[in-house]
Amino acid sequence: MIDEEQTDFEERRTLSDFLREVPWWGVIVAGVGIYVLISMLTNVLYIEAFKAILPGIRITLEVTFLAYLLALILGLIAGMLRVSRNPVLYALGTLYVEVIRGLPMLVIILYAGFVIGPAIRDATHKVVDLPMLSRAIVGLGIGYGAYLAEVYRAGIESVHGGQMEAARSLGMSYLEAMRFVILPQAIRRVLPPLGNNFIALLKDTSLVSVVAIPDLLQMGRLFISRTFRAFEGYNSVAVLYLLMTFLLSALVRYVERRWRIP
Amino acid sequence: MSEPIIQIRNLRKYFGHVHAVNGVSLDVMFGEVLMVIGPSGSGKSTLLRCINELEKPTTGTIIVDGMDTTAKGFDVNQLRAEVGMVFQSFNLFPHLTVLQNILLAQRVVRKRDEKEAESISRDLLEKVGIPEKADVYPSQLSGGQQQRVAIARALAMQPKIMLFDEPTSALDPEMIKEVLDVMLDLAREGMTMVVVSHEMGFARAAARRVVFMDNGVIVEEAAPDVLFTNPSHERTKLFLSKILH
Repeated sequence: MIDEEQTDFEERRTLSDFLREVPWWGVIVAGVGIYVLISMLTNVLYIEAFKAILPGIRITLEVTFLAYLLALILGLIAGMLRVSRNPVLYALGTLYVEVIRGLPMLVIILYAGFVIGPAIRDATHKVVDLPMLSRAIVGLGIGYGAYLAEVYRAGIESVHGGQMEAARSLGMSYLEAMRFVILPQAIRRVLPPLGNNFIALLKDTSLVSVVAIPDLLQMGRLFISRTFRAFEGYNSVAVLYLLMTFLLSALVRYVERRWRIP
Repeated sequence: MSEPIIQIRNLRKYFGHVHAVNGVSLDVMFGEVLMVIGPSGSGKSTLLRCINELEKPTTGTIIVDGMDTTAKGFDVNQLRAEVGMVFQSFNLFPHLTVLQNILLAQRVVRKRDEKEAESISRDLLEKVGIPEKADVYPSQLSGGQQQRVAIARALAMQPKIMLFDEPTSALDPEMIKEVLDVMLDLAREGMTMVVVSHEMGFARAAARRVVFMDNGVIVEEAAPDVLFTNPSHERTKLFLSKILH
């Protein structure tokens, strides 16, 4: 009798675990999504809109991944500066975070496109003349680097001081201890906010349309100004953004589970 | 046996207005086991942490194995590779398996190749009595097992000196013995050890001298039997009466 109860209990627990881990609510979303997609794809107006807008996905994804990669690197450097005991390094990291975080992302992108980009071109006598796409990617990367710096810092500070002491007492240098002991733990802990920022960045890539980059939103707006079909145009843009963020969300989930410490 | 491997002269360590260590001179001989006891806040842990520079002394000199650790421009990592440290809270690396915990510093600091480092690690796990735990994570071990891994991790660097900072204080009573047994083995092999701990049994079995500290100074030092049964200072008597019940 007791055994049976035990099994029953465990089964229920497993089911609950299963339901927590598998994004079953995705079925509902997928259901609605498929209904919308089918009704869209059987509608000539939507097919036209999709055809016009789809090429923008490639640019949006390219901007997202490259800018995030840059932000991960800049954020890591700035985050480590922010926990440095050297006052000059700390001030450098803080300056970057405070200034960049204090500017709207749109302003940063316009700066990168129309102020910094041309300045670099003129300073190097046209040797380094970044195309607008690269300028926008750099702008977004720098902008998000400031947020990620704070994410990294929070992660590093959450690792118990004894870890650094243990690593140092084994003869590792500060940077070796960071690399092999502190950061692997810190980064695992901040995977959820890192994923958050990844998804936020994907959405913010829509801002690069202001410097005339043919991303998803820009393609949508071009379609609309050509055909005056705002309803179908923006619906298509929204559906495509949602599809990408859902996929990214699943990727983040996967990475989190993969890296969990037993 | 004649030359001291650690020479501490007039060591002071201040944290703001707190004088944690307030003028300590102490020699530790090669192969000796020295116990440091004293009430909490007496500076015994700070003294220990000054030996491998986890705390930077305010004034005074410490010479370890011929190296003046308080000299300007001294390479701390060189010192720390020679001095193993075991912490009260184990401080194992939770994201690495037991084997990887022991491997890491060998690879990074000693630059040993993978095979050599692994064979040393497995030998050490054998020595501390848990060879079967090589591939589990620290969180899956008991406190006593974790502390034994921590000892193996420190030993993998082949240190000349081992420092123990209250190694059994965070352990459940039934796990203390397994850690002390490993430490006793080490002592018998002739390892130089400085142990901050109140384990009288271990002191009697392994230590040649016990130092009693209070308020940042050494109050008295003697052989364990003498100090525990017949201390000469009032403060020592008072302290012992509290911990011996």
